Amino acid sequence: MPYYNEKIETMPKPELVKLQYQELKKLVTRLYGTSAFYHKKMDETGVKPADIASISDITKLPFMKKTDLRDNYPDGLVCVPHEDLVRYHVSSGTTGKPTVVAYTKNDIELWSECVARSLTSCGIGRKDVLQVCYGYGLFTGGLGLHYGGEKVGATVIPASTGNSERQIELIQDLKTTCIACTPSYFIHLIDVAKKMNIDFKKDTLLRTAVLGAEPWTDAMRQYIYEQSGVVAHNIFGTSEISGPMFTDCSELNGMHICGDIAFTEIIDQNTGESLPPGEKGELTITVLKKEAIPMIRYRIGDITSILEGDCPCGRTSPRIDRLQGRVDDMLIIRGINVFPSAIEHALLKNSYLTSHFMIEVFRTGPLDDLLVKVELKPDAMTDSINGLMEMQMHTERVLRDALNVSVKIELCPPNSLPRFEGKAKRVIDHRVI
Amino acid sequence: MTEKYIIKQLSIFSENKAGKLAAIAKIFLDTGVSIQAFNIAEANNFGVVRAIVDKPEIAFNEFAKQNYALQYTDVLAIKMKDVPGGLYEVANLLGGLGINIEYAYAFRTGAYGALIVKVTNPRAAAQKIIDAGLELLPAKDYNF
Repeated sequence: MPYYNEKIETMPKPELVKLQYQELKKLVTRLYGTSAFYHKKMDETGVKPADIASISDITKLPFMKKTDLRDNYPDGLVCVPHEDLVRYHVSSGTTGKPTVVAYTKNDIELWSECVARSLTSCGIGRKDVLQVCYGYGLFTGGLGLHYGGEKVGATVIPASTGNSERQIELIQDLKTTCIACTPSYFIHLIDVAKKMNIDFKKDTLLRTAVLGAEPWTDAMRQYIYEQSGVVAHNIFGTSEISGPMFTDCSELNGMHICGDIAFTEIIDQNTGESLPPGEKGELTITVLKKEAIPMIRYRIGDITSILEGDCPCGRTSPRIDRLQGRVDDMLIIRGINVFPSAIEHALLKNSYLTSHFMIEVFRTGPLDDLLVKVELKPDAMTDSINGLMEMQMHTERVLRDALNVSVKIELCPPNSLPRFEGKAKRVIDHRVI
Repeated sequence: MTEKYIIKQLSIFSENKAGKLAAIAKIFLDTGVSIQAFNIAEANNFGVVRAIVDKPEIAFNEFAKQNYALQYTDVLAIKMKDVPGGLYEVANLLGGLGINIEYAYAFRTGAYGALIVKVTNPRAAAQKIIDAGLELLPAKDYNF
């Protein structure tokens, strides 16, 4: 089955544009009437729902940013009655307060349909066994792929993260044909399998991988294919727009952003001007049919471009290139988004530390390691090694809880870390991807 | 009356890196402070340098001025006979008194040795140790 929803996915472009306009108009009208936040934002920009007369009028609308979610924590952006919500997902924010995303039943349905279309475009269907090795829980990766996988009728294994030898046992014993995880974790699994004398090509039925949540390259795709015989697809999404949603199809040439679900713009990060296909800029997405927390012109912060030309697969929705960086200082650690400002905020809670810190990111094996160097306050000194170790471990727990990713803490003497005049450069990223 | 036996050990936070001990030793040299007993405890990436010196205040002030994290720790120095069984006698007696040693290190000078011990309540422990017949070395012999 080449398409999950053929009519929509292959809709002629003029019809798709018309549909996008209709959805946008409905969305803006509804939001102007129900969202105090967006009503105010539109008034400040001087735009009314009546000003939206075509899809290109979207550029008249104000942008939304991650800070809007933070400033309206936890549910200031929810514009449906609370009893209509069926789920929350939570990710670490930019400063202290996490980013909360809420979903109605229809939102989950839309998200699942989107993932189902994407998985179908990767050739995944009823006969497949899909092992989901993204984290289940507050992170959107696990449940997003899980619901999409069930929707296409695949047999889903909710393996979640970690325990690599067990993952490989499951791949063998349950005859897993597709896997969803981060690219670095899949490369790690290839290494672990080798150590177990298991050849993915000969000893398993694994043939497709859906990899995302962190930057990777075509060279990695090639390496994965050579080492494991697995065709790796790229998946994109972020919790603010629902979660992982869009993949490249069997052409492996850019990720299709389903046009009836989301409207894609690439903007100049400095001027906010829309850029034409082929030009690199900040990815901005409007989710056209989201109910609980609609996102209009949401500036995702990833840098990419819209690819020109039609895709031979027949899908008419636009495609975006691989993500090529960030407009901000966000780090991606084992697929989890981490803002240095969130680290700073979490460290403030530790009375035994000074306010100075440094962040170092390594990829010594296939996986990322996040090291945060912190300074002991002089008056927090204790003669007890256990006491100092406890401070170190406590800081590790505080950061892990705040960021949803494990962190190694190095306790340093007072005044030993760099001081900055002007803009602090606290991040040293040693990774070569 | 046990106060004179309370020795002010310096506990100095240090990174576990080449050259760090030399930097600490240089401060003792520059301040003219003589080290009587010395020990390093290490954990992952850091260590605690523990030193008993003749002029603890002078050393403490200089370390603090140079932004070191340090503190005084009260320890006791128990005189040990410099013969086989000297450590056993002390350790066995402390065990019998129910005094738990958090950490200890030893040094030897001339005719006798001494066991430096960190215990939970050094003043009460000092009294018990004296009452049990062991000899504690008074702080003035080490700190001044």
